[in-house]
Amino acid sequence: MKKFLLKGIIKDRGRSLLPVIVVATGSLLTVFLYSWLTGVMGESIELSANFNTGEVKVMTKAYALEAEQFPNDLAILDADALIGQLKEFEPEVDWVKRIRFGALADFPDSLGETRGQSPVVGWAVDLFGEGSKEAKRFNLESSLIRGYMPETEGEVLITEELAKRFEVNPGESFTLFGTTMEGGFAFYNLTVSGTIVFGATGIDKGAVIMDINDAQRAFAMEGAAGEILGFLPDKYFNIDGAEDIKSRFNALGIKAAEGESDDFAPVMITLRDQSGMAEMLDYTGAVSGLMIFIFVTAMAIVLWNGGLLGGLRRYAEFGVRLAMGEDKGHIYRSLLYEALMIGTIGSLIGVAVALPIVFYINVHGIDLGGMMQNATMMMPTVVRTHITPTTYYIGFIPGIFSMVLGNALAGIGIYKRQTSRLFNELEV
Amino acid sequence: MNNNIVNLENVVKRFPAGKTEFTALNKINLTFGEGEFAGLVGPSGSGKTTLLNIIGSLDIPTEGEAIVLNKNIGQLSHKEAAALRNYGIGFIFQTYNLLPVYSVFDNVEFALLLQKMPAEKRRKAVMEALEWVGLAERAHSKPSTLSGGECQRVAIARAMVKKPKIVLADEPSANLDSKNSHHIVQTMKHLNRELKTTFIFSTHDEKVMQYLDRIIYLKDGMVERDEKVNKP
Repeated sequence: MKKFLLKGIIKDRGRSLLPVIVVATGSLLTVFLYSWLTGVMGESIELSANFNTGEVKVMTKAYALEAEQFPNDLAILDADALIGQLKEFEPEVDWVKRIRFGALADFPDSLGETRGQSPVVGWAVDLFGEGSKEAKRFNLESSLIRGYMPETEGEVLITEELAKRFEVNPGESFTLFGTTMEGGFAFYNLTVSGTIVFGATGIDKGAVIMDINDAQRAFAMEGAAGEILGFLPDKYFNIDGAEDIKSRFNALGIKAAEGESDDFAPVMITLRDQSGMAEMLDYTGAVSGLMIFIFVTAMAIVLWNGGLLGGLRRYAEFGVRLAMGEDKGHIYRSLLYEALMIGTIGSLIGVAVALPIVFYINVHGIDLGGMMQNATMMMPTVVRTHITPTTYYIGFIPGIFSMVLGNALAGIGIYKRQTSRLFNELEV
Repeated sequence: MNNNIVNLENVVKRFPAGKTEFTALNKINLTFGEGEFAGLVGPSGSGKTTLLNIIGSLDIPTEGEAIVLNKNIGQLSHKEAAALRNYGIGFIFQTYNLLPVYSVFDNVEFALLLQKMPAEKRRKAVMEALEWVGLAERAHSKPSTLSGGECQRVAIARAMVKKPKIVLADEPSANLDSKNSHHIVQTMKHLNRELKTTFIFSTHDEKVMQYLDRIIYLKDGMVERDEKVNKP
């Protein structure tokens, strides 16, 4: 019987061609949009992780309470020792020190007098350490507009917009005014090695990227770091892995250094625990679910109508089958079986067409930089599709489900058919 | 021993017609024995098709009792009625109703697929049925490439392939020319003799009637005459 039905599907184009096209198109779009959305969201999350949140982050308990304000007076004191512990605890994770700060940049004229001042936000990261991936995380080389990457201590990168506003060129110096860890006044002379554009208005207005050793010297934070960020080896944020590391680390109950209060004990949080990230992650999941729901519904309506038209076209066939002794339930089940076959064939075609496209965009990406020039949110300019195990099967969900649902609805008519009218109906 | 395979006792069939009822069959008492070649004859509205419906377990009587192949039609579930049709009754329609996307072989085979007959046995049975109707060499043709007469012969093979006890044929020659009408009725007559299958026709066609052993004249839902035809 299965062979008989398959033969019918293959030979009867009216029965299979439109549904296969609809299902294949729907599956293709589902696979593509799913990979695209998860790619965009994944890249955005990754960008946030690289700039701000890490995939896991260690701070002192007190710092964690006010982390949005970068309270460096509550920083981790012996950051290198803690990093050593963390490397032992989870060697696969890349642990890095960071200092975030807000400061005032003072640009002098040729006589050394203040020409202009601007508040800046700053990232102090490991720029010179052997094997450091920090420059890559910030995509600094690609973001460089003028000048060169910092090569020695005291050299920093500033945003191009800030540089233009104060007519600063690479090689010129400026002074950073800030606060020491003890709450004192700090000022530190730095040299602009180059200018960068991140592509996010808020940051591009005024940001400084400097080596962490310079920041430790500038803010009297020798040996200290505001945050220690951990990056898991996975390409995209691995929430389960991060949660596992967090819970195991926090269970260790590492105490604060001797003489310090418990507020200085380290605590770990994940990317998800940080401001706005849970919503973003939930949104990613919800969008995927919503997209599948919309595709299933839209395709089911199209295929329901297709099924109704097919039912009308095959009215005589069903009548003959009833007359020949096939019961209604069997005909209905055979319709569902046909739908399953058509759904599977259509989905296979859709997924087979979608995967090379998705793989291509995953490798080469699409540069949307031109469209994001006025973006105020930090977004990746090159967007890539994201390939996960779900990519391979997600196209089958709307493909098969909508086909079966559409035909299940359309096929209900079989039960309403009166066998007592078969002779009349079949002899029209 | 009673070898009747159809027993109709006081069969009444009424259909709702607005606020009243239309009586399509009125106290029909008929029996059909094994191997009969009988015809129901009468004008439109005389109840021929309604009677075929009841014998074919496609409908149930409003009153009375219809026993077909030892099954009380009025008491069968939908599934049981389908099983009775599947194993015991073949249908031949005026308009052939072959499945156009399938080959001649597939059309004839379908009834056996429903019976879950093994493939090899099925193939033999289909080819045998096509040989009965002289279309074995057209087994892999599509219905669209056949003439009307050939299509009706495929329909006969489809009805006969499961070797049913009863074949119900509703105006089987209505769409055929004279030569083909004779041919298909002769084919059915031959099968009736060979396989002892009971054929019950509904017909107006004189060409069919001349082959019948028994003619039942219906009028206004009642049996007007029931004649055995003695042939040399």
